[in-house]
Amino acid sequence: MTVNLTIDNQPVTVPKGTTILNAARSIGIKIPTLCHMEGVVSPGSCRVCLVEVEGARTLLPSCIAQVGEGMIVHVNSKTARTARRTSVELILANHPLDCNNCSRNNNCELQTIASDMGITASRFPRLVQEHPLDLSTSGLTRDMSKCILCRRCVTACQNIQQVGVLAAQKRGFATIIGGGAKANLAETTCVQCGQCAAVCPVGAITEKDAIADVWAALDDPKKHVVVHTAPAIRAALGECFGMPAGSRVTGKMVTALRRLGFDKVFDTNFAADLTIMEEGFELIKRLTDAVRDKKAVALPQFTSCCPGWINFAETFYPKSLPYLSSCKSPMQMEGPLIKTWYAQKAGIDPKDIVVVSVMPCTAKKHEANRPEMVDSGFKDTDYVLTTRELGKMVTAAGIDFVNLPDGRADELAGESTGAADIFANSGGVMEAALRTAYEVITGRELPFPSLHVASIQGLDGIKEAAFKLDGCKPEFSFLEGVTVKVLVAHGLGNAHKVCKKLEAGDLAEYQFVEIMTCPGGCIGGGGQPRMTDDNVRRARIAAIYSEDESRTLRKSHENPEIKRIYAEFLGEPLGHKSHHLLHTTYTPRQ
Amino acid sequence: MSEKEHTCGCDNALYQELNAFIASVPRTRDSLIPVLHKAQALFGYLPVDLQEYIAKALDVPASEVYGVVTFYTYFTMQPRGRHTINVCLGTACYVRGAKQVVEAFSELLGIKIGETTPDRRFTLTAQRCFGACGLAPAVMINQDVHGRVNPKKVAELLEQYK
Amino acid sequence: MNHYRTQILLCAGGACISSGCESVRDALLREIKANGLESEIEVITTGCMGMCEIGPMMVVSPEGIFYQKVKPEDMADVVREHLVKGCVVERLLYKRADNDELLRFMEDIPFFKLQKKIVLRNCGKINPEKIEEYIAVGGYEALGKALTSMTPEQVIEEVLTSGLRGRGGAGFPTGLKWKFTAKESADQKYVLCNADEGDPGAFMDRSQLEGDPHSIIEAMAIAGYAIGASKGYVYVRAEYPLAIQRLSNALDQARAKGLLGENIFNSDFSFDLQIRMGAGAFVCGEETALMRSIEGYRGEPRPKPPFPAQKGLFEKPTVLNNVETYANIPYIIMHGGAEFAKIGSGKSTGTKVFALAGHVNNSGLVEVPMGITLREIVYDIGGGIRGGKDFKAVQIGGPSGGCIPKEYLDTPVTYETLPTLGAIMGSGGLIVMNEDACMVDVARYFMDFIQDESCGKCTPCRIGTKIMLDLLNKITHGEGTEQDLEQLEFLAGQIGKSALCGLGQTAPNPVLSTLRYFRHEYVEHIKDKHCRSKVCRSMLRYTIDAAACKGCGLCKKACPADAISGERKAPHSIAADKCIRCGACMEACPFTAIEVK
Ligand SMILES: Cc1cc2nc3c(=O)[nH]c(=O)nc-3n(C[C@H](O)[C@H](O)[C@H](O)COP(=O)(O)O)c2cc1C
Ligand code: SF4
Ligand code: SF4
Ligand code: SF4
Ligand code: SF4
Ligand code: SF4
Ligand code: SF4
Ligand code: SF4
Ligand code: SF4
Ligand code: FES
Ligand code: FES
Ligand code: FES
Repeated sequence: MTVNLTIDNQPVTVPKGTTILNAARSIGIKIPTLCHMEGVVSPGSCRVCLVEVEGARTLLPSCIAQVGEGMIVHVNSKTARTARRTSVELILANHPLDCNNCSRNNNCELQTIASDMGITASRFPRLVQEHPLDLSTSGLTRDMSKCILCRRCVTACQNIQQVGVLAAQKRGFATIIGGGAKANLAETTCVQCGQCAAVCPVGAITEKDAIADVWAALDDPKKHVVVHTAPAIRAALGECFGMPAGSRVTGKMVTALRRLGFDKVFDTNFAADLTIMEEGFELIKRLTDAVRDKKAVALPQFTSCCPGWINFAETFYPKSLPYLSSCKSPMQMEGPLIKTWYAQKAGIDPKDIVVVSVMPCTAKKHEANRPEMVDSGFKDTDYVLTTRELGKMVTAAGIDFVNLPDGRADELAGESTGAADIFANSGGVMEAALRTAYEVITGRELPFPSLHVASIQGLDGIKEAAFKLDGCKPEFSFLEGVTVKVLVAHGLGNAHKVCKKLEAGDLAEYQFVEIMTCPGGCIGGGGQPRMTDDNVRRARIAAIYSEDESRTLRKSHENPEIKRIYAEFLGEPLGHKSHHLLHTTYTPRQ
Repeated sequence: MSEKEHTCGCDNALYQELNAFIASVPRTRDSLIPVLHKAQALFGYLPVDLQEYIAKALDVPASEVYGVVTFYTYFTMQPRGRHTINVCLGTACYVRGAKQVVEAFSELLGIKIGETTPDRRFTLTAQRCFGACGLAPAVMINQDVHGRVNPKKVAELLEQYK
Repeated sequence: MNHYRTQILLCAGGACISSGCESVRDALLREIKANGLESEIEVITTGCMGMCEIGPMMVVSPEGIFYQKVKPEDMADVVREHLVKGCVVERLLYKRADNDELLRFMEDIPFFKLQKKIVLRNCGKINPEKIEEYIAVGGYEALGKALTSMTPEQVIEEVLTSGLRGRGGAGFPTGLKWKFTAKESADQKYVLCNADEGDPGAFMDRSQLEGDPHSIIEAMAIAGYAIGASKGYVYVRAEYPLAIQRLSNALDQARAKGLLGENIFNSDFSFDLQIRMGAGAFVCGEETALMRSIEGYRGEPRPKPPFPAQKGLFEKPTVLNNVETYANIPYIIMHGGAEFAKIGSGKSTGTKVFALAGHVNNSGLVEVPMGITLREIVYDIGGGIRGGKDFKAVQIGGPSGGCIPKEYLDTPVTYETLPTLGAIMGSGGLIVMNEDACMVDVARYFMDFIQDESCGKCTPCRIGTKIMLDLLNKITHGEGTEQDLEQLEFLAGQIGKSALCGLGQTAPNPVLSTLRYFRHEYVEHIKDKHCRSKVCRSMLRYTIDAAACKGCGLCKKACPADAISGERKAPHSIAADKCIRCGACMEACPFTAIEVK
């Protein structure tokens, strides 16, 4: 059913149920918004999207108000313009206006809206509230004096992630977003996923900045600075420079990193392939123990490459910990290998090596600072930059990213396969593991078109796949006829559901479960360019799969550098050295 | 709240009564405010530990419980004094001089609205209308309503409450 | 049941309790017993009789003699003189303020004479704690009638015909609201009663619940039948413990009698109610916030649509009505909507209960037919302004309302007329103000209230009202500028159009209405730094009249700021820059030599 109306004298026909905001958008009228998150929530609180509807008693928030037959809407009337501007001016009156010292400068929704409206001075008296900075966690910085109370972070934390840390507190003018009676995030159950930072329109919640540290390392002639970049970066970094979502920029990224002065440019993808080897063999071992040897083992095995999920499991579901793979995340595999294997090969004293990783993720900043992550004898990862921070460094260095030639990552820990690429999105780790495990067990390729397990791709919250094993190699004959069932969930709200099932004993028929903290997986990580909505997620996912498909090597076990590291350094998957450098243990937290 | 504190909480008669109440209501979000009312009636106030205890018992995030407690002015996180002075600031009382009455209490006790004297004798609060507008300005001390109070009567009133 | 020769109605409403009616009752019972009259005389404690100021009060039937300001020590006389000998105790009678005439009967007192009681029909007449008394005066007959002889559609039709409009403030036609909700199909619907009564200076709903709780239960059950709901909640302020206690007692009794629960009156209609306590948030009177609060969250409003009729409590179709709205329902069902519609004026049918207070001689609870003029309420019922001062304004509609000046005293009180004056009917707060009230300060008072009660969700209300309050504070402190006034007006215009909920949308009303009728007072504060009502203290100037001053020095001693100087026996003087305007000197001066301007 469609509805006819006029907006600023233009007739428009849209489906019933469309918001005025989207109806206006469809005819090229852009109404500003702050609290609204398309497809997620519209609390109607900021009032910067007000429009005039003839016959209505008050102005209406276009982000919520739906079109009606014959409606006459004015976006560009004096009344509507003044009201929107007043809302923005009121917000500004209560805002520090410290743009030049703010990490959101030039990338701030409030700043943009104010500038679009031509606001150069707020007519109202200044009413700024000072709040102390919260620097208590490794991943995030919270500056509540900049908060405009749009509540997007609350939606992310309470409704999407269901971690329940951020909530509105007090009321009226004193309202503030916080983690309860505890002043600091570190004292709460925050899992550092950064989804709050990803949706914040202003500089109130941001990643803890590591840019200065990284510049210092680069500028220090005594340091050998090695960088590696997570799979999800290459599908998003371009957005920092105005490229459309879903632009693949792997080659430009490598060139940019070299130009920034990094001494070695590796690829976290290498460690992703390694993770598949370790995690895949761990799964096969658990299956062998369970099916052949009838031992009591924790199955299904859960993935462990996402630090947000690890924090979540340790905090909320300590009983799930035995089910988690003991593999570290790719970042924490790459780090110690650089400080051991690479150091040894290159003849560099590991104490002089600085490992910088570029991650889509704020939880990785937290992970790098975990006290146990020192298996190389040093801090395994020195600094973690988010995609956004790397973008800023590139800009600061005056690098014209969009026009860069392609480069290639350095040898030794820079080669990777398509299986590693797809780590970037939900379902990818599972697919990559299946590509290898299936082949190890049956000697044949995973029998799906283009190696994709279609049912676990995409943005559905909980996905699954099942297939029967047949024609197993002799050493795996005990798996003959077994139906493999796998489960994939992303977004911690869905993780809750899966963990509750695990606790209730309802996952017995599954062998392997993938959990990613961020909606869509790392392509939607807390450190990715803003604003990530489902359209952006889809574009990035498409880029990742096309990156995968463009490769000749698409299975982790085919990676020549992986073969080499096992031959020359690690021995075999789950071997002694792997165990020391690549695996870890978990502790319940409260 | 740790397991240990949790258990000693259960030994406490107040916690027992609270537990019994919690057991009598459904374990759903809409039980939160009734449980907070009960807890405040029992303990006199809602300290953070108690909030966290309730959060766990009802499976509501502690930050949300705190958000609710700090939204509603009836809930307090400060222990109350032995006597609660509640000055009506409703319109009827206001136009008949309630502001001066509050100021007089405030000055005499050295505390602001919402505060408790250091000796825990008095807590000063304000409310808007307790239906005694005919007796405006009205002041309620504990359960007693005193009508037609004026600043001069304040000291004398306080004398009645030791 | 015992048949008593005489019944004594003793008011046990909130105000009378605070005036000591409980000890009066004890004394009365003691005296009755001492005279051996227990089997002849029944004492019934009732809800508020309305004129709390002269409480505690009692009515002795069958004659209906009305005694006021009774004390325990009067009871011996009441029993011995009146009950035993049959002589009226004259000293306890009500005396007319204007001509000292003693009035024996309630109906003779002007305060009661002009009232018409539909809502408060049982308040002050029955014991609210006994369901039998409610039933004895025809209670639950309306529910029986609806369930056994009317279809839900007929019930709604009757309410539509009555023209009843919501008494909670907005005045939305109740029948329509029911009709919309009845139309929705859902597995569960809810009937809610708004007893949050947040307006500062209003206590109608409280008195209703304390004085006649069954009327609300009965009406809610009728509403449930009409819309197809089997569950309901009454949302009561936590500050009303007595109302909560009486209501929950009434619920138990209704359940015990099968008037709530399964298959009421052997019909297939089942209905039950729960009480939910508010927790101190005015905004929870707003319907979506109220529902949020019942659901266990911060009481933050959400935008409408969807309306509660479609998505209300727990996302289910819901009817929410005010206490007073409900109290009309049994009358409408019993007497018919047409009969009800005869009362009142035009589209404002029925009566309205007001909490009349402020600088008026008779304050209390009054129920008047719609269309009565403000003058009748203030002068005839209220007995005019206290202490012979001049009338300045009446504030009607609470924080969403406005101040109406003298020129409009003859305006009939209806839903249609009040908004033309920049006020609203509101929920029933009616505060009379004399010349001692500063209208800028009144506006500031309401803005302070709003700012305190804003939930903080939306920008215009959270930040805008804070700026308005700051500006008003500045003006009342004598620091305002013309530009401040401009900004105040600008914001008042903006916030009303752009705030999310009714609280913010109506927040500017007190400012707008005082600006409309009393702009000169604002200008005086700003330009002349003068507050004509001497309320805004920072603008006061204390001076000593040298001619009257005897130089006794008492003022100097009393001054906490050391602002007074002068030799003994010589005229003293006040240093304006040191004076903190506390007024202590003025009180101390035995020769009234100190003036304030
Ligand atoms: C800020 C605000 C406070 C309100 N407070 C009350 C209240 O205390 N009592 C009440 O009955 N209605 C109150 N209302 C009106 C209700 O939202 C609602 O309209 C009313 O309860 C509906 O019942 P009615 O149609 O019977 O009037 C308030 C509205 C607003 C916006
Ligand atoms: S959050 Fe935006 S508007 Fe605020 S200081 Fe930072 S850049 Fe400026
Ligand atoms: S004039 Fe404007 S652009 Fe130039 S330096 Fe100053 S602020 Fe920057
Ligand atoms: S990082 Fe994640 S868990 Fe922590 S506050 Fe933000 S959204 Fe919540
Ligand atoms: S912290 Fe950011 S996202 Fe959260 S409410 Fe404030 S401005 Fe909005
Ligand atoms: S999904 Fe990716 S970006 Fe998100 S927390 Fe996990 S590792 Fe970090
Ligand atoms: S108008 Fe005020 S009370 Fe209403 S939603 Fe906005 S901030 Fe809350
Ligand atoms: S008003 Fe107070 S401060 Fe001023 S002169 Fe008198 S006593 Fe002193
Ligand atoms: S108290 Fe009065 S008479 Fe005495 S010195 Fe002061 S002003 Fe003069
Ligand atoms: S974007 Fe519509 S109200 Fe905030
Ligand atoms: S305004 Fe004070 S009791 Fe009503
Ligand atoms: S309480 Fe007794 S007359 Fe109002």
